[in-house]
Amino acid sequence: MTKVVLKVEDLKKSYGRNEILKGVSLEIKKGETKVIIGPSGTGKSTLLACINRLVEPDHGRVLLEGEEITSRNACKMRQKIGYVFQDFNLFNHLTALDNVRIGLIKVQKLPKEEATRIAIEQLSKVGLSQKVNLYPSQLSGGQKQRVAIARALAMRPKLMLFDEPTSALDPELIGEVLSVMIDLAKSGMTMLVVTHELGFARTVADEIIFMENGIIVEQGPPALIFTNPQKDRTKQFLRKLTELYGEEKNK
Amino acid sequence: MSFWQIVLVSMPRLLNGLTVTLYMTVFSAAVGLLLGIILCLGRVYGNKVASLLSTGFIELIRGTPMLVQLFILYYGLPSYNIRLTPLLAALIGFSINSAAYQAEYLRGSIQSIGIGQMKAALSIGMKKWQAVRLIILPQALRRVIPAWTNEFIYLLKYTSMAYIIGAPEMMAQAKFVASRNFEFFKVYLLTAAIYLSIVWTISFVFSYFERKLRIPGTVVTER
Repeated sequence: MTKVVLKVEDLKKSYGRNEILKGVSLEIKKGETKVIIGPSGTGKSTLLACINRLVEPDHGRVLLEGEEITSRNACKMRQKIGYVFQDFNLFNHLTALDNVRIGLIKVQKLPKEEATRIAIEQLSKVGLSQKVNLYPSQLSGGQKQRVAIARALAMRPKLMLFDEPTSALDPELIGEVLSVMIDLAKSGMTMLVVTHELGFARTVADEIIFMENGIIVEQGPPALIFTNPQKDRTKQFLRKLTELYGEEKNK
Repeated sequence: MSFWQIVLVSMPRLLNGLTVTLYMTVFSAAVGLLLGIILCLGRVYGNKVASLLSTGFIELIRGTPMLVQLFILYYGLPSYNIRLTPLLAALIGFSINSAAYQAEYLRGSIQSIGIGQMKAALSIGMKKWQAVRLIILPQALRRVIPAWTNEFIYLLKYTSMAYIIGAPEMMAQAKFVASRNFEFFKVYLLTAAIYLSIVWTISFVFSYFERKLRIPGTVVTER
């Protein structure tokens, strides 16, 4: 039996009287990639933020490899969860290299030489070995996001969370980030990805989760969800996406 | 007396006063910076008590005239048997005053950085204060340099107020020389010229540092 990496149990979160998450449960096994789709404002990002405790949930539990994440052990647990943001959030005052190795040096307390070696290795993997000494504002959006992915991967996470990683990118730059993510999924990384990129979902997702209004409406393998969704709402949403982005080809 | 004679006669005393002025300015700016950072971090990132204390202190100091603060320190405290020399009273007064203002400049700068930097720092496992020290402050301190230049210049000029409580700074010396020679216009003009030259030098030096510390690639318009 494959090991369960992430288990989310009945997660709830409200802001004031506005209930964003109304009890979400899901499970990801080692090496799986699950993709969350759904309209904006339905709690997809809040779900990810609650998983690594950037946002404190009101109710429910999150377990990483069987260990519950609480506000007390959050710092330790976050090291095992890579997080990629929609707007990159690279540290603006640091070079690409320093962005990737600062966590290794300051959080994991690795010696500088080893941290540098790992950082350069990760940056090479995302195709940026020539850009290690550039600052974020000297990089394109796609390059920034690839540095951000390298930064997360350098910590050797058990799980990667992606929060709409390509939504802030020019159409021409989306491909380079997606191809890094596809490679990553194929290499056996466990991933939970919020995205509107249906092509990506089709290519690598083991399961598609359709969320709306704080609940999971429907989930299942991409073949099923894309060709024969059971719920009308899922159908509607997928039609909208296809209208917007055009028919996706299977890669 | 001709202007140049006045220069010759008053220069030694004025320069003497200038050293006190500069000393007061640099001291208060430095102590104010240190205290200001603490106050600001207390206000922005501290727990309820720290935040309330810092905010209270900042608002108290900003809400009262500097002269009142100097008078309380110099003329008020002796009622409680605390006697400060004019210089010490001025140093304390200017330092806490500058701290309050610098804390607010820094707060504005921190708020301009955006929540994403903090989120990213936490997401790789940093503790909150580690994130503040390694990620937030290095960026915020850079952005606050223009405001500091202002603060430094203000301080330099405001230290002239210390002459009222008898601190031997440049303005006190100017008044002394001027009244002794009955050459108010020329002596004060000379004093103004000295202040001006120092202020210009400071602006120049600070903008040099601003350029030197600038994060590469972050400038849109460069003259």
